[in-house]
Amino acid sequence: MKISHILIIIIIAVTIGVIVSTAGNASEYVSFDDAFELAEDGNSKKVHVVGKLKKSPDGEIVGMLYNPALDPNYFVFTLADNKGLEKQVVYYNPKPQDFDKSEQVVVIGAVRNNTFVADEILLKCPSKYQENEIQL
Amino acid sequence: MIHEGIGNWGHLFVIVSFVSALAAAIGYFFTTKTQLQTNNNTSDLSTWRLFSRLNFGIHAISVLGVIYCLYTIISNHYFEYHYAWSHSSKDLPWYYMISCFWEGQEGSFLLWIFWHVLLGLVLIKVNKTWEAPLLTIFCLVQAFLTSMILGAVLPVLDLKIGSSPFILLKDFMGDIPVYKANPNYVPEDGTGLNLLLQNYWMVIHPPTLFLGFAATLVPFSYVIAGLWFKKYKEWVQPALPWALFAALVLGTGILMGGYWAYETLNFGGYWNWDPVENAVYVPWLILVASIHTMISYKNSQSALKASVILVITTFLLILYSTYLTRSGVLGESSVHSFTDLGLKNQLFIYLAAFSLLSLYLVIKSWKYIPGTQKEVSTYSREFWIFIGVTVLCLAAFQVILPTSIPFINSIIRDLGFESNMAPPADQAVFYSSWQIWFAMLIAFLSGIGQFFWWKKMDKQKLFSSLVIPVIVSLLISTLVILAIDLLKFDKTISGEPDYIFNKIKYILLWTLSIFSIISNGKVFLSLVKSNVKLTGGAVTHMGMALMLLGVLFSSGYSRVISLNQSGLIFSKDADNAFNTENILLWRGEPTPMSDYILTYKGSRFEVKGFPGYADAKDLFVTEDELKALALKDLVADGKTYFTKGDTVEVHPENTYFEVEYTKNDSSENFSLFPRIQSNESMGKVVSPDIRRFATKDFYTHITSFLDEDKREWSDPEEFKAKIGDTLFINDFIVILNSVNKETDIPGMQFGPNDGAITAHFTLLGKNKTYELYPKYIFKIGYDHLGKEEVLLGHMPEILPELGLQVDFVHIDPQTETFTFTQSTTQKDFIILKVVEKPLINLLWIGTIILVIGMAIAIYRRYSDFVKNRDTVANI
Repeated sequence: MKISHILIIIIIAVTIGVIVSTAGNASEYVSFDDAFELAEDGNSKKVHVVGKLKKSPDGEIVGMLYNPALDPNYFVFTLADNKGLEKQVVYYNPKPQDFDKSEQVVVIGAVRNNTFVADEILLKCPSKYQENEIQL
Repeated sequence: MIHEGIGNWGHLFVIVSFVSALAAAIGYFFTTKTQLQTNNNTSDLSTWRLFSRLNFGIHAISVLGVIYCLYTIISNHYFEYHYAWSHSSKDLPWYYMISCFWEGQEGSFLLWIFWHVLLGLVLIKVNKTWEAPLLTIFCLVQAFLTSMILGAVLPVLDLKIGSSPFILLKDFMGDIPVYKANPNYVPEDGTGLNLLLQNYWMVIHPPTLFLGFAATLVPFSYVIAGLWFKKYKEWVQPALPWALFAALVLGTGILMGGYWAYETLNFGGYWNWDPVENAVYVPWLILVASIHTMISYKNSQSALKASVILVITTFLLILYSTYLTRSGVLGESSVHSFTDLGLKNQLFIYLAAFSLLSLYLVIKSWKYIPGTQKEVSTYSREFWIFIGVTVLCLAAFQVILPTSIPFINSIIRDLGFESNMAPPADQAVFYSSWQIWFAMLIAFLSGIGQFFWWKKMDKQKLFSSLVIPVIVSLLISTLVILAIDLLKFDKTISGEPDYIFNKIKYILLWTLSIFSIISNGKVFLSLVKSNVKLTGGAVTHMGMALMLLGVLFSSGYSRVISLNQSGLIFSKDADNAFNTENILLWRGEPTPMSDYILTYKGSRFEVKGFPGYADAKDLFVTEDELKALALKDLVADGKTYFTKGDTVEVHPENTYFEVEYTKNDSSENFSLFPRIQSNESMGKVVSPDIRRFATKDFYTHITSFLDEDKREWSDPEEFKAKIGDTLFINDFIVILNSVNKETDIPGMQFGPNDGAITAHFTLLGKNKTYELYPKYIFKIGYDHLGKEEVLLGHMPEILPELGLQVDFVHIDPQTETFTFTQSTTQKDFIILKVVEKPLINLLWIGTIILVIGMAIAIYRRYSDFVKNRDTVANI
């Protein structure tokens, strides 16, 4: 066996490794149902859940708790996923700025001990000016 | 008034530049054909050539014309144009006008087009033999790029081509009420340049990056010209210095972006594995790989086929990254948000056209490209270069594949299937876990490769030249590992299963990088005596190894030092134990953190003409948001810069939070000013402040703060006092010292009978005493009947540190009793995260050395090319 053959085998192996690891590490957009199902199956893979904040009829956000004086690294809120299912989400970090203003929230994380723990929160905020509006 | 002329000129120039680029492309195509048929390699001045040059000249001039028109519109604030309105505003200094120019997609296309014109002119000047085929490719690319800003609608197909930067606001907005009322309406001011981009790095980062993009077209054109010309080998020599130039400029551009991100964004670092960053990192890796195969070919006639493929791939990857970033495919997954201009299909055609063209030429000429005949020996430099190139390509593949997930999703959806794939959840961890192995291999190969490079090797010689560097580097790295305890067991993350494994990886990378520096240093020393020109490779590799070390330490050994030491934890969940990385600082209350005592001292503004930052409390922001009144003298270092009542220039959208650091043993004392920016289009944006030490950076950023607008006050409680009284307010002892009349209050016009009554309280706080000056204001005014009336007002004193407000509400002259109110709110605080990044300076120093090394290599390769060109021309 020539060295070049060995090299080609190694290259193919690494390439396959890259593809497999990409497929394995790629996250998924799922609903809360799927996220909890994954956890029940013992799968701790992190997923993306897209949803909206739970609001009372007069527009106030409900089911949200953040008390920085007590623990600045604990923030909990209620998110309704695209299927309308509401769940509590825990975020062990300070409450993101502009959180109250966001229209859509993407949480990246996994269910641990029966709660969805977010490692990252992406907010979609309405921009102050829309491209098709002129403020006079 | 609407300045229609300048926009019409601009649009005309765009059309002319598009048509002339097409004409020049066709002209150069036929020039090349005649040149091929007549087998005439010299630069004759045929009619076709003159025609093409004329058209390229027209193209160049019209591109300059477009730029002139667009810049005029921006710098003269013609807000009737959409581009000026949406990307600039009146208050910006001239250098940010330049940034406004390329903030939009159209402007950045223009920048790219401009660099191509410049490079095209240089090529015409330096290489007449290759001019025709090279410029055919150039002009074709230019036609594609100018079509992106054409803004024309094909009449029959109703197809929009390109997005013009010269569109009027009213045409863009369509039927909105403003224009129905007044068709000639021109907005007073633009919506401005995104505040995040108002940074000096953002003035030079885009031009550098786009010059890098543009420069990759040169080697690509050379290889295409070579295949077309049937000069399968000759293209390498002239292309090589350009490939080096492209790698140098593109690399610098990428790092400038990283440095900007480090200073401005709250990623926590200079690299975030953001799709847009990846999209330029990957072509750069392939470009570097292609440089190695080209050098290998120049020296030993091997790896020509690989060079052809890699050079072409580099350029196609640039087009692919353009497609990814500008077509809207990446959408939410990136911080770099180019608005989607509906160019998706056009960009795809651009990418597809050049992919097919290259594929066709490569397949057609494949059998004519000389391949490497014999099996390469393990002791040859070609072998080691080949391995290195393979590693670079695999590293690139590993990054581009996950980055393409949104693109793959969009294709699957276009085909009518469903796809829920998302990018990896922990991008940084995922990419780093692969890239660190590639980095190790690259460090190792760059060290060992240099020995094979300069000598013919066999087992014996290899051993003798390697033995010293290996021993020295093992010695140095072992000593350092022991001395600074790289294996140190960090309790905060020791719970992670990969912990030991990570440490082993770090130590391997450390040792291999040291090996690379030592062996390249040895080669450098042996070459520098005889010929400095030859040291480019060694210097570049040393710079790269230093960069790897900088990355290794600043990321691998970065440490959160703002651990919450209050002992208060909200929930006792198991994994909450690791999540105490943010510290809360009450305003004015010293709090211990690591070896320091931190005190949050309040919010600050930047004042033009005043060094450092001014206390926000001393400034009153007027209705014109860029102006403020000084409520006190502004003094710094004993010098008074502004006096009470002066109007000063401020940027109130930027709030700086002063945090004082005092070392436990009082040996150090400094203040940092992390920033929060109220960004119109991006909400509240956090920027760090960095304390730079020689061996580490302290990276401090705000993770949460009390928004003053959201403060809720308790109902005011009334209390009465006479001068000299001592009272209790909200558990504090307060003394009313005096009550005086005042007439000098900034921002208030007082008549002879007007004035303010100011009470002076002293409040004894826990850590210090506070002086309070609530005011009661009276003014003589007139009602609508002309009758005199007294207008009353009050200015409360707010102590954010105590969350206390005292207001002056009534005076009883008979009893000399004054009535005040007090109300309370949440005490002011910020939440902070501080990360220590050791040895990050190695990354910046390494970058500079890498740039120097590449510059040496460019100089050498370019003089080779000139020598060769002139000898060939003389035959």
